[in-house]
Amino acid sequence: MSSRRTDTGGRIDRLRTIRFTFDGAPYTGHAGDTLASALLANGVTLFGRSFKYHRPRGLLAAGIEEPNALVTVLRGDVREPNIPATMVEIYDGLVAVSQNRSPSLAWDIGALNQLGGKILSAGFYYKTFMGPVIGPLKGTRLWMFCEHFIRRAAGLGKAGAAPDTSRYERMNAFCDVLVVGSGPAGLMAAKAAADQGARVILAELEAHFGGSANWSGETIDGAPAAEWAGRIVGQLEGNDNVRLLPRTTVWGYYDGNTLAALERVTDHKEVPAKGEPRQRYWAIRARTVVLATGSFERPLVFPGNDRPGVMLAHAAERYAQEYGVLPGARIALFTNNDSAYRSAVALKKAGAAVVAIIDVRSDVSNEMRRLASEAEAELLAGHAVVATEGGKALTGLKVQRFDLTGGALSGDERSIHADCLAVSGGWSPTIHLASQAGAKAEWNPARQAFLPPQATQRWIGAGAFTGSFSTAEAVAEGRTAGLAAAGGAASSAPLPVVEAAPGDPDPAPVFEIKAKGKSFVDFQHDVTAEDVRLAHREGFVSVEHLKRYTTLGMATDQGKSSNVPGLAIMAEALGKPIPEVGTTRFRPPYTAVSIGSLAAERFGDLKPERLTPMHDWHIDNGATMYSAGLWYRPMIYGLAGETVEQAYVREARATRESAGIVDVSTLGKIAVQGPDAAEFLDRVYTNMFSTLAVGKARYGLMLREDGLAFDDGTTWRLGEQEFLMTTTTANAGKVMQHLEYFLDVIWPELKVTVTSVTDEWAGAAIGGPKARAILAACVTGTAVDNAALPFMGIVRGEIAGVPVMICRLSFSGEMAFEVYSGAGYGTRVWEALIEAGKPFDLVTYGLEALGTMRIEKGHVTGAEIDGRTTARDLHLDWMLSKKKPFIGSAMMDREGLISPERLQLVGLISLDNRPFNGGAHIVEELDEDNPHDSIGHITACCYSPALGKYIALALVKDGKARHGTRAFVSDPLRSRFGPIEIVSNHFYDPDGSRMHG
Amino acid sequence: MAEYSVFSLLKNALTGNKDWKPAWRKPDPKASYDVIVIGGGGHGLSTAYYLAKEHGITNVAVLEKGWLGSGNVGRNTTAVRSNYLLPQNTRFYEHSMKMWENLSHDLNYNVMFSQRGCLNLAHTPAQLDDYARRGNAMRHLGVDAELMSVDRIKRLVPALDVSGSARFPVLGGLMQPRAGTARHDAVAWGYARGADRRGVDIIENCEVTGFLRDGDKVIGVTTTRGEIRARKVALAVAGSTGSVMRLAGISHMPIESHVLQAFVSESLKPIVDTVLTFGMGHFYISQSDKGGLVYGGDLDGYNSYAQRGSLPIVDEVMSEMLALFPGLARVRMLRSWGGLCDMTMDGSPIITTGPLPGMYLNCGWCYGGFKATPASGWCFAWTIAKDEPHEFNAPFTLDRFYRGLIIDDKGQGATPRLH
Amino acid sequence: MLITCPYCGPRDVIEFTYQGDGNRERPQPASQDLDAWNAYVYDRLNPAGDHHEIWQHSGGCRAHLRVVRNTLTHEILGTAFARGGHKSASHRTEGKP
Repeated sequence: MSSRRTDTGGRIDRLRTIRFTFDGAPYTGHAGDTLASALLANGVTLFGRSFKYHRPRGLLAAGIEEPNALVTVLRGDVREPNIPATMVEIYDGLVAVSQNRSPSLAWDIGALNQLGGKILSAGFYYKTFMGPVIGPLKGTRLWMFCEHFIRRAAGLGKAGAAPDTSRYERMNAFCDVLVVGSGPAGLMAAKAAADQGARVILAELEAHFGGSANWSGETIDGAPAAEWAGRIVGQLEGNDNVRLLPRTTVWGYYDGNTLAALERVTDHKEVPAKGEPRQRYWAIRARTVVLATGSFERPLVFPGNDRPGVMLAHAAERYAQEYGVLPGARIALFTNNDSAYRSAVALKKAGAAVVAIIDVRSDVSNEMRRLASEAEAELLAGHAVVATEGGKALTGLKVQRFDLTGGALSGDERSIHADCLAVSGGWSPTIHLASQAGAKAEWNPARQAFLPPQATQRWIGAGAFTGSFSTAEAVAEGRTAGLAAAGGAASSAPLPVVEAAPGDPDPAPVFEIKAKGKSFVDFQHDVTAEDVRLAHREGFVSVEHLKRYTTLGMATDQGKSSNVPGLAIMAEALGKPIPEVGTTRFRPPYTAVSIGSLAAERFGDLKPERLTPMHDWHIDNGATMYSAGLWYRPMIYGLAGETVEQAYVREARATRESAGIVDVSTLGKIAVQGPDAAEFLDRVYTNMFSTLAVGKARYGLMLREDGLAFDDGTTWRLGEQEFLMTTTTANAGKVMQHLEYFLDVIWPELKVTVTSVTDEWAGAAIGGPKARAILAACVTGTAVDNAALPFMGIVRGEIAGVPVMICRLSFSGEMAFEVYSGAGYGTRVWEALIEAGKPFDLVTYGLEALGTMRIEKGHVTGAEIDGRTTARDLHLDWMLSKKKPFIGSAMMDREGLISPERLQLVGLISLDNRPFNGGAHIVEELDEDNPHDSIGHITACCYSPALGKYIALALVKDGKARHGTRAFVSDPLRSRFGPIEIVSNHFYDPDGSRMHG
Repeated sequence: MAEYSVFSLLKNALTGNKDWKPAWRKPDPKASYDVIVIGGGGHGLSTAYYLAKEHGITNVAVLEKGWLGSGNVGRNTTAVRSNYLLPQNTRFYEHSMKMWENLSHDLNYNVMFSQRGCLNLAHTPAQLDDYARRGNAMRHLGVDAELMSVDRIKRLVPALDVSGSARFPVLGGLMQPRAGTARHDAVAWGYARGADRRGVDIIENCEVTGFLRDGDKVIGVTTTRGEIRARKVALAVAGSTGSVMRLAGISHMPIESHVLQAFVSESLKPIVDTVLTFGMGHFYISQSDKGGLVYGGDLDGYNSYAQRGSLPIVDEVMSEMLALFPGLARVRMLRSWGGLCDMTMDGSPIITTGPLPGMYLNCGWCYGGFKATPASGWCFAWTIAKDEPHEFNAPFTLDRFYRGLIIDDKGQGATPRLH
Repeated sequence: MLITCPYCGPRDVIEFTYQGDGNRERPQPASQDLDAWNAYVYDRLNPAGDHHEIWQHSGGCRAHLRVVRNTLTHEILGTAFARGGHKSASHRTEGKP
């Protein structure tokens, strides 16, 4: 047992020794220790280095607000940076390292920054590095040169490169009452609400329920407060309506009383149990929230207040009472309020020598004087600390007489020998969640604190959160809040009896002792009181300017301990009351949250994969797949040694020569049914569908409301009142929503329902001169000859015993058919077609060959219907019915949409017999060094086996007028330049004789 | 007021930094001005700066309802780029880029413009073609752009998952090397100081409550600090455009206000030294000089003036982040905030005379306004001074929507949340 | 944010798709009044306060709803089926968890 560890007291288990390392050195602690308490017990004083000056720093706090002692926790290669040592529960084998120092924590080269002194004042970087107008460092170069070094010097911990293999989990929870915080107020609230039968969730960010009861040394109902808390927790544990969440930080208060919380499930374990996630993300929808989040103690600002050994008074008390660790052997306290006197007594009882209590107030109450003598401490009323001494650990301090009204120091400096200075600058309620919920906090001049605002969502506050700092008030308010939240009547039953040290909750309005030397406001970011005054001098006086100019409150502790002192110093400089400087609105998260927990089950699984019914067949038969949105589709079915181009050219050529088959299951499919289905389609499509005969299909075009092209596809009339619409793969969801919107919102009088059936049907398109023969060989129950199945005709039959629907339509330009079957039978039908095709040299083809054949035919897809083109641009104006209005018809002729300057669809032929690249541009005048004046771009390109040339589709300014002219492809990104001929987009079989057969 | 330089830093350090003067004055409003600019954000301040600098119009007031720079200039993710598809946008943003490259010097204020590049990742062949189209479009307008191979991307951002086993493997990317990031607040402060030094009155905590009219003509404003008259009244109020226009009796605009969230992680040693965007969702990330990862994603997706984000977008953005950087699961999100975006019907801005006589309008920045700050102010100042647009902002009219002259870089049509 | 679908009950916003300003009046299909069409397609009221808007319960029953929502507080003040054809969300619903 180390010298700092007390023999008794606290909730650590002295019989269980735990071994861990910090910066490579082995240490031991006890079960129940945090990394901070265990290291403190081992006599460690130096925990970290500050951000800017790399000053040596020790522990300031004992909880989540710790700004100095940040460590990186290692688990193998996986690093977790920037964790406050106060929040790390030790376990056997814990490996923690300090940060932002080189080569070591004790000897840090970065500390040389302190020599920069007053040059490195707040915002100095805005005033230099601007760079000259000419010369090698002109423009941004000088800055970027300097920035390179600044970036390396800045930053705290190092993120890991190794993927985190942990699992993160998300839970959605619903409750009547969510209680945040489990101090006396929170426990009473949870108990009262649970006793009413409400469904309660109690969330505590630390490992143990009880909050201040764990270390206050007070007595409740005759028992030590910690014991009383344990009893209440026990009762809650036995209630099925209550869910207790330890190690759970409620970090976000969102709309609709939705709260976000992070449960650290296994961070404190050496090895997680089987199936346990590392962390669990809770989205909690609560009818009512009880905010019992307590308060933070504020430090005082004085020279040398960042010396290791200077810590918050309650933190010192807490280390002694909860962890059995004395933060020093000779402890002095420095305060502007009564709460530190209780801390002094506790530290004395734990075994420390309390050498002095330095109080800025001269009129200290008799009760406090009594506590001071109980602590056997010299009381220096009307004094202030003006300096501290020591290097990496505190050795002493200097005090002077202090005048409360003017802040003046007088008299001789007196030295006091101490190795710990416990400081209390008053308390700030933890109002972050209430502020997140949507309202502005209010300054209370008596408490010298921002108190919670009026509730804008359904929450009730209790305890220190409301500025009621005594445990007796906390217990009473907690019960009232719990009852109200559960909808119960107020209770007149007796409350638990609290025996606590007396004390006035109102501090003296002193935030800073002005003496010579650096006085820190924001410890982590090294913002000093002088920096705040510099901001004032330069006009950065509103709270947001102050923050942004000095970086006050922007560190990982988010200014939990520095915001109010910073505001107070600015207010004094301005000669205005604090609320006129303003308060920051708090935003989520309350404390930093792991990104893994927020991704939760989507970590490693971002989006679902959509597979067609024939997916496995494609894989088994050598397809190279690529992703199209969420879908996977075959690109080519390559043979050994084939390039992609060789493969698709072979597939396309074989299709045109014999037959080919392609999986088209990804096309969007929507059942449009009802008495008004035909009328609806007339309104949705630019062309007529009411005139379409049953058993026939028609190609249709849709516009958006603004008159631009939206989507195209074929729609099949299966019955008088029943249509099957197909859409492009990419737009399936959008078209569905478009149709639903019009039916629900615009034309509710139409009797039509639309149903997405994309996943119900498997589709195979089979085309080529021998396609009909293949069908004839395997289809039963219907003829497939020209009479039974004319162009755009539909028949039903069977293949391999599976009912199928066959429509004769063509995307490839060949005699072609689309065969649809129930999705579950897709592979069976596909395999039957392949089998039937064997004697006819049927090939399977992928998207590359599909694209090649559509380019040869000049059909458009999403590359051309790109949200910026009109029907006219794509030469689809023949589809714009003049007999009826349709969506987009009123808007499509506006001046900007019919201008000759617009890009129009054309075909291109490579004149140098070299391939094109998608996204290449077209120019009239070639200038490889300085490309300019683009007249359009390539939307799709391929080698055309039918033409024996490299061809492309393109959108070109006034393109139709350019047919037969020459231009150049200009692709500076890939250094591909060369002559082209602009032609019609209908390269191949323009009159369609092949598909009409 | 003194020039800033390393020498002024040294000199002031010797006197204990006691002699620094306010970066801009805090004057009371005068009864009248030649030009009133409503909105003390980046665009309003840069407009005032260029009115004074380029056009000699110094009798100018900038009216800000809260603290200077409290709008989107202080709550964006600081990316500066000109990698647009459509020439109207590319020309304008490239003009802005060129101004950025000399901005610190011009303002005598280090706005920390760092040209660390902007890389758009492509995940499908079709997307690679799309990016090539855009990159080539940029090159034909003299703007830098290059395609990057997966190998080069891996070398540039080693933490990025470029493995074939990723759900959306990286196939390549479009890089604009001259793009980068700047220190957003410094831009507001630098312009404020620059405008102030040229005589512009910057008046904070002065909210416009109405317009003074002479018939149709706007001749001034009423404010919480009294009536102020002006020959010309210019609006640069971004997310508040609808509300301010309503004060002028114009109830409808081709604009919706949406909230966009942004996030900052805890400070880390350098890991992302460029601006990176994900192609299979909406996600972008860079790293500040302090070490925080600065990142964001899609709009929350509904009209809002609340500057409050919603939880589903938080989850979405973090999921996309880890799809690119599976090693960052243990890094922690430290801050989040919401900014109001004035989303137009085509995703492009409006800088124009009118719509009322005596009025000038600058709005519709969607979520691209920060990088536009120099050119926006420069073009708006031109438009105000000369009563006609410069060729760079000539396409950005208010009536372009009605005339079908839309500038729709994303091809999404009149659905603002999709731009 | 919770939106109460009249059919499915209170559901998280993640289940819904925003379909914009519900104040817009679509001209008759055959109308040639381009100003009216422009206003319908491009102009928005965009108020800072209560806003009539359309949401689709796309992750649920897929009905379109008329919702009154405050754009400053995100409070949902009422929801109703859009198919009723009423322009305003007539009945108040409560966002109970």
